[in-house]
Amino acid sequence: MRWWFTLPLRFRSLLRRGAVERELDDELQYHLERQIEQNIIRGLDPEEARFAALRSLDGLTQRKEECRDARRVNLLADFARDLRYGLRMLRLNPVFTAVALLTLAIGIGANTAVFSVVNSVLLKPLPYPNAEELVGVRQTAPGAAGLANFADNLRLSPSMYFTYAEQNHTFQALGVWFPGTVPVTGLAEPEQARSVWVSDGTLEALGVQPEIGRWLSRADQTTGAPETLMLGYGYWQRRFGGDRSVIGRGIMVESRPREIVGVMPQGFRFVNADADLILPVRFDRSKLILANFAYQGIARLKPGVTIKEASADVARMVPIWMNSWSNGPGTNPRVYETWRIAPALRPLKQEVIGNIGGVLWVVMGTIGVVMLIACANVANLLLVRAEARQQELAIRAALGAGWGRIARELLVESGLLGLLGGALGVGLAYEGLRLLVSIGPTNLPRLSEISLDGRVLAFTVLLSLLSSLLFGLIPAVKYAGPRTSAALRSAGRTSSASRERHRTRNILVVAQVAMALVLLVSAGLMIRTFLALRTVEPGFTHAEHLQTMRISIPPSLIAEKLRVTRMQNDISDKLAAIPGVSSVGFASGLPMEGIEPDWDAVVAEGQSYAADEIPPLRLFKNVSPGFFKTAGTRMVAGRELTWTDVYGSRPVAMVSENLARELWGAPPAAVGKRIREFRQWFEVIGVVQDVRENGVHEKAPAIVYWPTMVGDTYFGQVRTVTFVVRSDRTGTEGFLNQIRQAVWSVNPSLPLASVRTMRDIYDGSLARTSFTLVMLGIAGGMALLLGLVGIYGVISYAVSQRRREIGIRLALGAQQGELMRMFVRHGFVLVGIGVAIGLVAAIGLMQLMKSLLFGISPLDPLTYAAVPVVLVAAAVLASYLPARRAAAVDPVEALKAE
Amino acid sequence: MKPSALVQGTLDLLILKILALEPLNGWAISQRLKQVSGDVLQVSDGSLYPALHKLEQGGWVTAEWKPSENNRRAKFYSLTRVGRQELKKEAANWERLSVAITQVVKLKEA
Repeated sequence: MRWWFTLPLRFRSLLRRGAVERELDDELQYHLERQIEQNIIRGLDPEEARFAALRSLDGLTQRKEECRDARRVNLLADFARDLRYGLRMLRLNPVFTAVALLTLAIGIGANTAVFSVVNSVLLKPLPYPNAEELVGVRQTAPGAAGLANFADNLRLSPSMYFTYAEQNHTFQALGVWFPGTVPVTGLAEPEQARSVWVSDGTLEALGVQPEIGRWLSRADQTTGAPETLMLGYGYWQRRFGGDRSVIGRGIMVESRPREIVGVMPQGFRFVNADADLILPVRFDRSKLILANFAYQGIARLKPGVTIKEASADVARMVPIWMNSWSNGPGTNPRVYETWRIAPALRPLKQEVIGNIGGVLWVVMGTIGVVMLIACANVANLLLVRAEARQQELAIRAALGAGWGRIARELLVESGLLGLLGGALGVGLAYEGLRLLVSIGPTNLPRLSEISLDGRVLAFTVLLSLLSSLLFGLIPAVKYAGPRTSAALRSAGRTSSASRERHRTRNILVVAQVAMALVLLVSAGLMIRTFLALRTVEPGFTHAEHLQTMRISIPPSLIAEKLRVTRMQNDISDKLAAIPGVSSVGFASGLPMEGIEPDWDAVVAEGQSYAADEIPPLRLFKNVSPGFFKTAGTRMVAGRELTWTDVYGSRPVAMVSENLARELWGAPPAAVGKRIREFRQWFEVIGVVQDVRENGVHEKAPAIVYWPTMVGDTYFGQVRTVTFVVRSDRTGTEGFLNQIRQAVWSVNPSLPLASVRTMRDIYDGSLARTSFTLVMLGIAGGMALLLGLVGIYGVISYAVSQRRREIGIRLALGAQQGELMRMFVRHGFVLVGIGVAIGLVAAIGLMQLMKSLLFGISPLDPLTYAAVPVVLVAAAVLASYLPARRAAAVDPVEALKAE
Repeated sequence: MKPSALVQGTLDLLILKILALEPLNGWAISQRLKQVSGDVLQVSDGSLYPALHKLEQGGWVTAEWKPSENNRRAKFYSLTRVGRQELKKEAANWERLSVAITQVVKLKEA
């Protein structure tokens, strides 16, 4: 009911301001007149009566203002006026406005860009229905000796998949999958398509319905049923022009026809892989063993089930799995008890994001600090402005403007600055993100999902307003305060500046320097990390001169083992014949290439293991003759493999240096010794230098190098290999053409995949570090620049304010050099304090970066010594420039000017 | 502390109570306040008007321009229905508060 009275009043106050104002005047006038009359009756003379009446009201103007406040009209009307006023002030000071806006636009733009990456990559749910129910089914096996990456991520074996899928109580659906590439022929040029092999339960868990057609079903998994597959949206568009009649058509995969049964919709990504083809895995249940831990697990939790409950469920099923299957007659399933297999389920999102989360938060933090420094700079500018207007503000305060009123006006002005800067910043961020997506750092997951959405814009507005408040409040508190008389007095022309007036700005500069130091230290640590990584010997040389490509020969094309090897040998010979090629080799996978590793337990002759003990696992690689020579991997002892060894099916092998040391004490001692995986013994003919298989930041694993074709071992032979070609002509279009022609002259239906140089692979393994380095470098650079601008501003303002004092000192005989040093000293002291505070903060904060560092401690003495030196030197320079102007002051002029 | 300092928020109550008797203009309200409280409550004329405007804005009182007792136009305030309810509520509150305070003040030292 109250609105019945209040609403018309509000409107009236708003729309008929004149009338309302007049009424207020009339009302108070009436009061005054009556009071005067009364006073006269009491015997005061008219003049006194008037004064007494005014006094009784305690200041007519203030009271009117309070009445207006009571009516709330002020809020809106004042706001409009403040806005106009603010805009005018900004227009009147174009240089100030430009500098402030640019600072803010860069700061807010950088923050918006980084936040939209954080938002898209880390915060937004994965693009699956009820994505929070999805988990990656991972396991740990701390007892599995040998492979480090095994201990913290033991994949699922097919038998585990069946046990878990059939016996669980907590999953709606559970499946296994693995990514890879398969050759597709008959469409255009033969190509190596990105594929994902999935078991039943995988698509059900992800829950994304096909665009057309159907999902792969359990029937597609059974041996003997027609061979089928699904297409990814992009591949469907590229190869079939989005034709909806593809369902039911055939496509040649690995030289065998497969029927297309469905197409996944646009934007569908398989966890972290872009899949062209989705193919059903086929497990022959009757032949499954315990081992073959090669598959990634994915599951959808039943509603309301927590990850902890699901983990407990899996833990319950591990013994069931061990009892239900066997590795074959004569083997003991209990050996896996020593592996201590335990579930390590985690949200699927984490699986997708990987280890980039830490990096992004560090970058977000640093860029936030840059924003703080930018705010400090703008606050500094505003302080100078407010100082210049101090007298005006003081007079207005004396005339009855309340503290809130003046503060509001200053805040509206800074709010305007913030929002305008924010708008510009969004533009910058938009461009920056487009650039980022077009560069497409390979190690950034969910890149295609990055966009400026509502949440990002809300963040930007909030950031703009918060920073406006931050840099606007400092001058508002300082100058809108009730210190009228002091301000009026000290703003007089004849007094020199008080210490008080500089304190706030000094504090701001100290804070800026401290923050800049922290950022520079973090950038410095990343540089040191990068350099440390570059000095690590990766196990190959001159990566830029190594052209690599992956070629697969499917059984449907060539069935016989020996002929596969002959064909690979032919390709090598043809490649070696290209002008400018010095040597050629191939292997099951290159270092750092990220090919799914092969591994198993290896026994050295003369060693014995208990029945319930599995010998340590070793990484397996199959290599061709000449591979190490081509890659530039040093032979430490013995000799490299020859084609005679391969075709003669000689039981020979090579080992890595660290494995030789572990088993036989010294590399030369390894030559002639024998090892075995199953029954057959292989003679060690050579020892090669350690290779950083998993990237330079990871320890070199122990590796056994088998010949590319091995007589009768379980793994047999490698049909998909990566060729390496050493030549000075790598990367040129002509060279790549010659390579393609050479391969197709052997067989025209062989696709070449992942054509790149070893350098690309190497850089890819450093991508996370270089990404962090670049981001922190940019942040550190911005911080340094803004910090220097801050110091420069403070010193140069101090000089301009103290011209008079300088003039007096000079007139009294002070030396110019001495005066200059006085100002430089001022800058030096500020920076010194800032550096000291910054060092303490850095020591604490750098612990957060520990996981991103390599080869150095978070307290790296060199960085902590160098950064302050650089910062202090730059700061002294920044204060020297304005200080020179102090020395150039002409005393006569300075004193006359007053 | 001045003994007569007006307890925060009680000015509204006093105004509402005075207006409950009859519609009055600002000047008259200030005179009435001084009369009834016998100069104990020194309500500053200055704070009276903002309070009145606040009450009007809140819908508790309504105003109209009428000729005053000396035939000049003045702004007369009167209580609205919600204002009456508010007065009842505030008066009851005050009652409780003053009883409570009186009891505390009268506590005898043991």
